[in-house]
Amino acid sequence: MKKVGSQTFKPQNPPYLISTGVVAGPFEGRGILNEYLDHVYDDLNAGQSSYEAAEKHMMLNASLICLNKARKTPEEVDLFLAGDLLNQTITSGFTALELAVPYLGIYGACATSAQGMGLGALILDGGYASLIQTATSSHYGSAERQYRYPTEYGYQRRPTAQWTVTGAGSALLAVEGKGPRITLITLGKVWDLGIKDPFNLGTAMAPAACQTLIQHFADTGRGPRDYDLILTGDLGKIGGALLVQLVEKEGGFNLRENYNDCGMMIYDREKQDVHGGASGCASSALVVFGYIYRLLKEGRVKKVLLVATGALHSPTSFQQGENIPAIAHGVSIEA
Amino acid sequence: MVNKKKKSLNQRQKKYQKMAKKEEPKPAYLSNALRAFFFGGLVAIIGQIFTDFYRLTFDMDTQEAGNPAVATMIFLGAMLTGLGVFDKIARFAGAGVTVPVTGFANSVASAALEYKKEGFVFGVGSKMFTLAGSVITFGVVTAFIIGLIYAIFIF
Repeated sequence: MKKVGSQTFKPQNPPYLISTGVVAGPFEGRGILNEYLDHVYDDLNAGQSSYEAAEKHMMLNASLICLNKARKTPEEVDLFLAGDLLNQTITSGFTALELAVPYLGIYGACATSAQGMGLGALILDGGYASLIQTATSSHYGSAERQYRYPTEYGYQRRPTAQWTVTGAGSALLAVEGKGPRITLITLGKVWDLGIKDPFNLGTAMAPAACQTLIQHFADTGRGPRDYDLILTGDLGKIGGALLVQLVEKEGGFNLRENYNDCGMMIYDREKQDVHGGASGCASSALVVFGYIYRLLKEGRVKKVLLVATGALHSPTSFQQGENIPAIAHGVSIEA
Repeated sequence: MVNKKKKSLNQRQKKYQKMAKKEEPKPAYLSNALRAFFFGGLVAIIGQIFTDFYRLTFDMDTQEAGNPAVATMIFLGAMLTGLGVFDKIARFAGAGVTVPVTGFANSVASAALEYKKEGFVFGVGSKMFTLAGSVITFGVVTAFIIGLIYAIFIF
């Protein structure tokens, strides 16, 4: 069996991450990730009539850039795995309509980037496809109006609140090719540690990341030192600090040396007022498909473990008094 | 078995919540309160200026002049929302501008703007009061109850 331990999957022929494409909104363009983005829009609407249309435009553009870089056409893609935050994952569905490729919609909230890569790698290694494209996106405007308030509504954000990243990322996974490889996939369980505050999602998601990390180490016999970099998707400042403590307390692992959170790697936190950091599907997508992918290709890092986290609540479940359940998926990417 | 599992999970939840509470930064209550006090006062002064303006130019008494003054403040709140600056002011001034009628205007105008894309009937028309709706509902209910108490005890 190609499974190790209880939650980790180990492809026999680790698939290659042959190409990526990342685009982002204007606010992200002014952040510290700027030079790793393929395209920055100077308008939150991306020239479209609504935020939702803009988000779709971004995901489509990221997907096309990704295909172009690998000199592939949509016809060569066996399967398109995409997910986003909007109800019924409309961004992904509408993007797949334009790409005209076989499509599976996936949802893991902000864990979608890792979910797409992991699932794609499993299908490739299973021998069912040779080229799989994955994509994910989030948009400040469309997320605000779905989860919180109208964008022009004035209120004071709490220090724990995180800023939804506007942007999209796409990656191409192939059985053969050049690039970093996906060697291990740890799929997480859903956890609920009783957090109810939707303005403090990092805190709600940190336990899920902790469990997936500890399980990954237990299943593979690896430890934090086996990786050059361990990344979480969008725990933010508070969630990240909690994760370091949790992993130390529950698993005895030290994350203080090579751990960072993608949500802390996008904005210039001295100049941009984003409180707890970045969040959204695009948080891990921009950092991993943009920045980390380049580091891996240039050989500046060799082994990276991405643990992308997602909060699986909705405005309805929150209003009905339910806790915020969270999930985390781990993907090990090695050059 | 399931119950036992649930119990240990509950204990873990409690422990984690305690730990999370420690990590959670507190909002800057004092500076927020001071800002709210200052900007709330500023909004009140502007309102007073309009009240005096209507009182003196249109020969109204203070109570009559209150109505057009409130309408003017609502107009200003809505206009600043439309110009896209109200949310920026509110992020800084906080309750100072959101508690007065300017905040009410902002909640209506921002929703109207936001949902325009869903059309005039299902968007603007039905979603304009998504935020302000509860203010209106409970305002009317409270007014009714107070009116009832007034009617019973005064007459």
